Amino acid sequence: MRNIFLFIRRYFTFFAFLVLQGVSLWFLFSYNRFHRAKFLGIANEFTGRVNTQFNKVEDYLYLKEENRHLHAMNDSLLNARIQDFMLRDTSLKYVKDSLPFDTLGHFRRYFFRPATVVYNSVNSQKNFIQLNRGSDQGIKDNMGVLSSDGYAVGVVVAVSANFCQVMSLLNVKSTISATLKKTGEFGLLEWDGKDPRYIYMRRVPKTSDVLKGDTVMTSPYSFSIPPGYIVGTIADVKVDNATGLYDLKVKTSVNFYRLQQVHIVENLQYDEQAKLFEDTRIKTEETKKVPR
Amino acid sequence: MSDLFRNIIRFALFILIQVYVLDKVPALHRFIVPYLYFLFLLWLPFSISRVALLFVGFALGLTLDYFTMTPGLHAAACLLLAYLRPFVINILAPKDTAGFNYREPSPKAMGWTPYSVYVLILTAAHHTYMVFLEWLDTGRFLDFIIKVIATTGISMLLIFTVELLVPRKLKFRTNTA
Repeated sequence: MRNIFLFIRRYFTFFAFLVLQGVSLWFLFSYNRFHRAKFLGIANEFTGRVNTQFNKVEDYLYLKEENRHLHAMNDSLLNARIQDFMLRDTSLKYVKDSLPFDTLGHFRRYFFRPATVVYNSVNSQKNFIQLNRGSDQGIKDNMGVLSSDGYAVGVVVAVSANFCQVMSLLNVKSTISATLKKTGEFGLLEWDGKDPRYIYMRRVPKTSDVLKGDTVMTSPYSFSIPPGYIVGTIADVKVDNATGLYDLKVKTSVNFYRLQQVHIVENLQYDEQAKLFEDTRIKTEETKKVPR
Repeated sequence: MSDLFRNIIRFALFILIQVYVLDKVPALHRFIVPYLYFLFLLWLPFSISRVALLFVGFALGLTLDYFTMTPGLHAAACLLLAYLRPFVINILAPKDTAGFNYREPSPKAMGWTPYSVYVLILTAAHHTYMVFLEWLDTGRFLDFIIKVIATTGISMLLIFTVELLVPRKLKFRTNTA
């Protein structure tokens, strides 16, 4: 027994190294479950605070550019106001209902909240964006995120009280459903971890008539991101020899290098859709994830 | 200024510079990611105990990890660096005197050549391990090799720039201290 203690004392440094190494590798590989729940909330609050301070400086440098975006967006919204329209026929009145339900049964499906980016990276293989909105402001996992111009950015993956983390399109783990504007074919958006300006739209059938410069939009199949928002334009068309399907190189419309203001989109039917999907999965015993 | 106080300030400075300057620099190329923060560990005093060094390394790596949202990645690499550091110093220690006359590793304390070897070995170990862990998720073997060489190169360049530009007040080790 004494020898064992002596042995441990003799190689204490080595054991400490092994134990700490084990802890860090455990952090690294069990990142998604335990870690997110226990530590990330606390750490998120701390880094969020530091990031907010730094962001005050950074925001100032991009004020002009951001103002231009804001103005463009405001402009387009102003053009959609009811005061802009007038009907020639005086016997009809054009009324736009602002209530969630109207008598014809229209209801609100998506709800937008503004948010500011407090941390953003493009250099890593797994890029995350941190926003200054959290569970206290009603943010939940799996909400979509659009840029101030209305381009797709990513999906919320972790939430603390006042901040949330967004898995951006520039994350090798990110898969988001998308559709071609012209022909309506669907595909999956993925990133290969190389050039932050380009992502890939995979598994597009070869029958579709795809050309360089075509627009890629978010798809109606996604539970998180509303359909019809622009993702980017096709920069290169290639055929994947293994599957015989198209691999489209897409230039993202969002400039991830300078992302400042975003909109977080809540799908008010997300829970119902996800539950139905989950029930189906259990019944048919398929192992498919909820689409984003 | 005591060693402890000085190193706490250095810790914060290295983390902030890494997160808000070097990680924000638009990438020159996808293989070239500038890392400098681990220089903190290379600059720690000779007198630090090996176990303390491990824990400091772990803390440094984990702090950076929470900023970059990669829990464990840098912590694992920094641990390896912290574990190897005493061995490398032992190999490079001058045989004729009882030890080093200065408190911290620096070109002045060790001489340029041994110091370069010290920095190169530990930088290469740190980057190889870190890029390897990153590479487990995605990538090809050639990418892995090129990335290790490129990041090591850029880190060496940064470290020597820092050594030449930033004067460190180096204290002699005395019997009274």
